Amino acid sequence: MVPTEINGQVVIPYMGVGKFVPKKRKYNSYISTNADFPADGNKKVKNLKEALQKAGLVNGMRISTHHHFRDGDLLANRVFDIAHEMGVKGLIWFPSASFPCHEHLIPYLEDGTISRIEGSMNGPLGKYCSEGKMKGVAVLRSHGGRYQAIQDGEVHIDIAIIGAACADPFGNANGLNGKSASGLLGFALADSQFADRVIVATDNMVAFPCVPWQIQGNYVDFTVEMDQIGIPERIISGTTQITKSPDRLLIAELTARFCEEAGIIKDGFSFQAGAGGTSLAIGEFFARIMKEKGIKARFARGGSNKYLVQMLEEGLVEYILDGQTFDLEGVRSMRENPNHVWTSPFTSYNYHGKGNFAGMVDVAILGATEVDVNFNANVVTHSDGYLLHGIGGWQNCLFSKTVILPIPLFRNRIPVVREEVTTICGPGELIDVIVTERGIAINPLRNDLLRKLKESNLPIKSIHELKKEAEEICGVMEKCVLSDEIVAAIKWVDGTVIDVVRKVLLEEID
Amino acid sequence: MELGEQISRSGNCDSNSKGDCFVSIELKQSGGVNFELESKVKVFYGKSIEKLCRSILAFFSIENVVIAIKDNGALPYVIAARIEVAVKQLITSEKEFLFDFIPENLYESNQDRFRFSRLYLPGNTPYMMLNAGLHKPNGIILDLEDAVAITKKNEARYIVRNALRTQNFYGAERMVRINQGELGIEDLAFIVPHNVHVILVPKCESATDIHRVEEEISRIKKRKDLMQDIFLMPIIESALGVENAFEIASASRNIVAMAIGLEDYTADLGVQRTNTGTESLYARMRVVNACRAVRIQAIDSVFSDVGDMEALVENVKRSKSLGFQGMGCIHPRQISVVHENFAPNWNEIERAKKIVNAFHEAEKNGLAVVSVGTKMVDPPVVKQQLKVLELAISLGILSKDWRSEYVG
Repeated sequence: MVPTEINGQVVIPYMGVGKFVPKKRKYNSYISTNADFPADGNKKVKNLKEALQKAGLVNGMRISTHHHFRDGDLLANRVFDIAHEMGVKGLIWFPSASFPCHEHLIPYLEDGTISRIEGSMNGPLGKYCSEGKMKGVAVLRSHGGRYQAIQDGEVHIDIAIIGAACADPFGNANGLNGKSASGLLGFALADSQFADRVIVATDNMVAFPCVPWQIQGNYVDFTVEMDQIGIPERIISGTTQITKSPDRLLIAELTARFCEEAGIIKDGFSFQAGAGGTSLAIGEFFARIMKEKGIKARFARGGSNKYLVQMLEEGLVEYILDGQTFDLEGVRSMRENPNHVWTSPFTSYNYHGKGNFAGMVDVAILGATEVDVNFNANVVTHSDGYLLHGIGGWQNCLFSKTVILPIPLFRNRIPVVREEVTTICGPGELIDVIVTERGIAINPLRNDLLRKLKESNLPIKSIHELKKEAEEICGVMEKCVLSDEIVAAIKWVDGTVIDVVRKVLLEEID
Repeated sequence: MELGEQISRSGNCDSNSKGDCFVSIELKQSGGVNFELESKVKVFYGKSIEKLCRSILAFFSIENVVIAIKDNGALPYVIAARIEVAVKQLITSEKEFLFDFIPENLYESNQDRFRFSRLYLPGNTPYMMLNAGLHKPNGIILDLEDAVAITKKNEARYIVRNALRTQNFYGAERMVRINQGELGIEDLAFIVPHNVHVILVPKCESATDIHRVEEEISRIKKRKDLMQDIFLMPIIESALGVENAFEIASASRNIVAMAIGLEDYTADLGVQRTNTGTESLYARMRVVNACRAVRIQAIDSVFSDVGDMEALVENVKRSKSLGFQGMGCIHPRQISVVHENFAPNWNEIERAKKIVNAFHEAEKNGLAVVSVGTKMVDPPVVKQQLKVLELAISLGILSKDWRSEYVG
């Protein structure tokens, strides 16, 4: 059961896919007037502290940042250092995601500078939250869900701080040029449009005009030039290497063969695969099949990386519609190639729009920490209850025509296919295929796929058979007992609450 | 002796040993069984691990101990092997704590099955055994010899024994490489009663080496009342072994294949091993010839650069052209490359089809001589080509009734 109130705010429990119909107008920000802004367009202030002071930073405000700098982000940490210096308390941090580098903020959660985090959490912050140490309840949203929550007025941002690899004094900004290049700034789009005050911070200030303006200066209140906003080698993810693990390669090969036999890989098709080692390997297998058969994809959805860029440049893919760039090759390609297009959660993922791109994708290849026998899946918690990952675009991608989860059947004796998942992040009706090293399970709802693969030599099994096989090898797990206390809410793409995360019980020390 | 000093240890638990555990046991005079578990999966398997541990201690009639297990996701058969080794450092016992065979492991092998690929797995690294069979090697070798550190030889025997019973081999031929000499003879008790199909005898130099192994196998079979055949694969790894290749190959009717190990052989010659392998051509041909003379399979050495698949392809092609029928693999990704390149290729199959078809046509027309075009074909050639087709059919690359669609 999910609660109807979280952090004092009324919430709507999940009703089913497409069932909740919002009946109100979108939220909007105040009307600004040019009279309040410098006539010459120069909005530059002395430093970040001055910008925050001018933006009116006070107790209890909601502060947003984006995660394009990934684990190399210095800006979010700097913002709260300043808030701490200023003695401001009770802030709500509303990032598009957090990373291990944000462990820096734990002392501010302890001393009350930050009261809670509303955003996908990775690593140390997730652990902190799981153990019930955060004062408020965390709220996790998908990338599309974050845009939806802001535009619907569920979340009001007081101050948005947007780090950019390149910006001009007016506030036009992009992620393409400069030492902190991260490709695009799509995750900050909603923040720029709807926050009361918008600050653009850059370590590469150029004279007007900064083009392309992925963020438009007309939304921006203040601009700040800083020495450094990110650590380049950590902005670029280290995971963009194809896996060398034979078991993962096997899963990748099975996934690609499945797509081939199901007729998904055909001229003009589209796909989305992540940047994990297995996903990259699937991309490679796709490329091999496409070359052999002379097939071209119309578009691929990124996270882009050097492998996808190579497919674009070899003509195997006509367009990359990119949500975030994972390596320098991705950044270069986006800068140079008009067919490598930057997108945003609004175009790609927002469920409260007039459609989005995710639904048009033929096949999305995603991950999961757990899947249950009804194909419901979990991406945020581990089986021991710890909240260690964000949702990312995962929920949004479930609307693709075919959703495949390539996952190991178990990880170090912990089965991945289970009777029930610890946390439901996505309903089984949207998840079509599970590919494991020991067999492929097709959702019984996908009769078409079952029919197509009937004569296949691939190891097609039922999800119950997979679960049984995992238990035969690993043993039947004892039930993990969690506390009743809620530490985080998981939002569905329409803003309803699909599940909650409960506090883990720490072992008592004798 | 002070009882408090009797502590034994077994297993591995560092960051590299996924799926393994470290066990220490301290014998006490009183106090019952004191169980301590540190494990990432304690929430899920803490109770079942404790139960297993207590049942093993009870099986060996050990009543008062402090047993500490540091676990990193080890499966029950691994935990049991580690505990048994630790127990047997403290007490003398002939008893063995055996798991039931899983039904999937109760299959037989036969003399003539393909042995294109055989995947080597270190005998003391259980985690690598878990998925090995999924990569579909023809054979899986649990290695007690070179892949196991000298201080871990005993521990490895228990892992291999338990793995033979409870680790699914997914249909691969079940092989174990024993140690050289007396150590290897001692290894046999841990594998012979557990449905091992093929025993690899390393550094074989004479028929006596084989006879010694066979005597011990017979003794164990008799004692345990075992009927099934256990095949042997001697590995030739020295200059002397090469000179005695025929003697070794014909030492027993249970020998189904003979392999050459080039790392040790080139070391014995005092030369560098090269990719082209000119330095070992004599040895390899000698081994192939000896094998063909007694109608067993000739198996080539492993190719050790796991990153270079193109070089592996070349290596396999060369190996096949010399008359080898298989090769060792040290990485699962090598398996499909080895299979594809040992299998008959398109040209070979087409040629065989042509000849075999001509043979059938000649038979139908009552002709004694088979000819293809202007060339006459001798009966041994037909026989050889029939074998190529049989192989292609059993590998699934040629349809069984290919002649119904054959257009000459």
